Amino acid sequence: MMPEISLNILDVAENSTRAGASLVSISVQIDTANDRLSVRIQDDGCGMTAEQIAQVTDPFFTTRKTRKVGLGVPFFKSAAELTGGSFSIASTVGVGTCVTAVFVLSSIDRMPLGDMTATMHSLIVYHPETDFLYTYQYDERSFTLDTREFRQILEGLPLDTPEVSQYIREYLMENKAETDNGRLI
Amino acid sequence: MKSLEELKAIRAKMQGQVGLRAEDHTHTRVVVGMATCGIASGARPVLNTLAEEVQKRALTGKISVTQTGCIGLCKYEPIVEVLEPNKPKVTYIRMNPQKALDVIEQHLIRGQVVAEYTLGAAEDIK
Repeated sequence: MMPEISLNILDVAENSTRAGASLVSISVQIDTANDRLSVRIQDDGCGMTAEQIAQVTDPFFTTRKTRKVGLGVPFFKSAAELTGGSFSIASTVGVGTCVTAVFVLSSIDRMPLGDMTATMHSLIVYHPETDFLYTYQYDERSFTLDTREFRQILEGLPLDTPEVSQYIREYLMENKAETDNGRLI
Repeated sequence: MKSLEELKAIRAKMQGQVGLRAEDHTHTRVVVGMATCGIASGARPVLNTLAEEVQKRALTGKISVTQTGCIGLCKYEPIVEVLEPNKPKVTYIRMNPQKALDVIEQHLIRGQVVAEYTLGAAEDIK
């Protein structure tokens, strides 16, 4: 089991990068009025067939050859459903995949959101071939990080250049704190 | 909110510094397994510690920290592989941030493999 929602996001978004996505959009929305924390991970990777979608929430299904189990998606699904929330996965071959998990924010069974800065930083810095569009919303406030915009400014300077990597970490950390006022979620 | 102006300033400062990295064949690669098994057992802080330390100690010119998927030894995660040019691969198992610091200090800087953290050491116990 993953101890944080952010680790589930890291794991499921890794699948998107392995599906050959050029853009992975990740949104985390906290809606206190409706008592919901929603996560959406959308990619333009290779997608899955209807048959694969039916199997993907089965822990004993995986496409990999190194082992016989695939626990990433089942972990994410059960974490959301345990709170009384919901989980869905939609995919079209050649178009991409969209995974949505809705958590009941106040549920005692909801794991903490955890370190979203570390998750997004790891995804961005270690996947130089993939673009990420990240949106973090807390009620009416939100911020966005779009690596396509960053790349345009950087004119070929890689995102894993130490100075840039540090900037990305600070950008994520400071803007998150301003968006949710540093609340522990 | 943190502005993009700062990013532009970094770009301006780094002008002309692109391509200073060492060639691949002289580079040491440090690879962290980041599949479900790795992430669930704590690979993310290990990866971040390795990357931060390599950066802090100005080793980015000769060491690159990267990630990979499932290495196939899930029960030993978090796993870190060190691939130095012309040397056999060293596989460190059940890593944590403190062990990662030891590997940087002893192996990557001083050239001494931290034998007790390796897969070989675990297999000897059995």
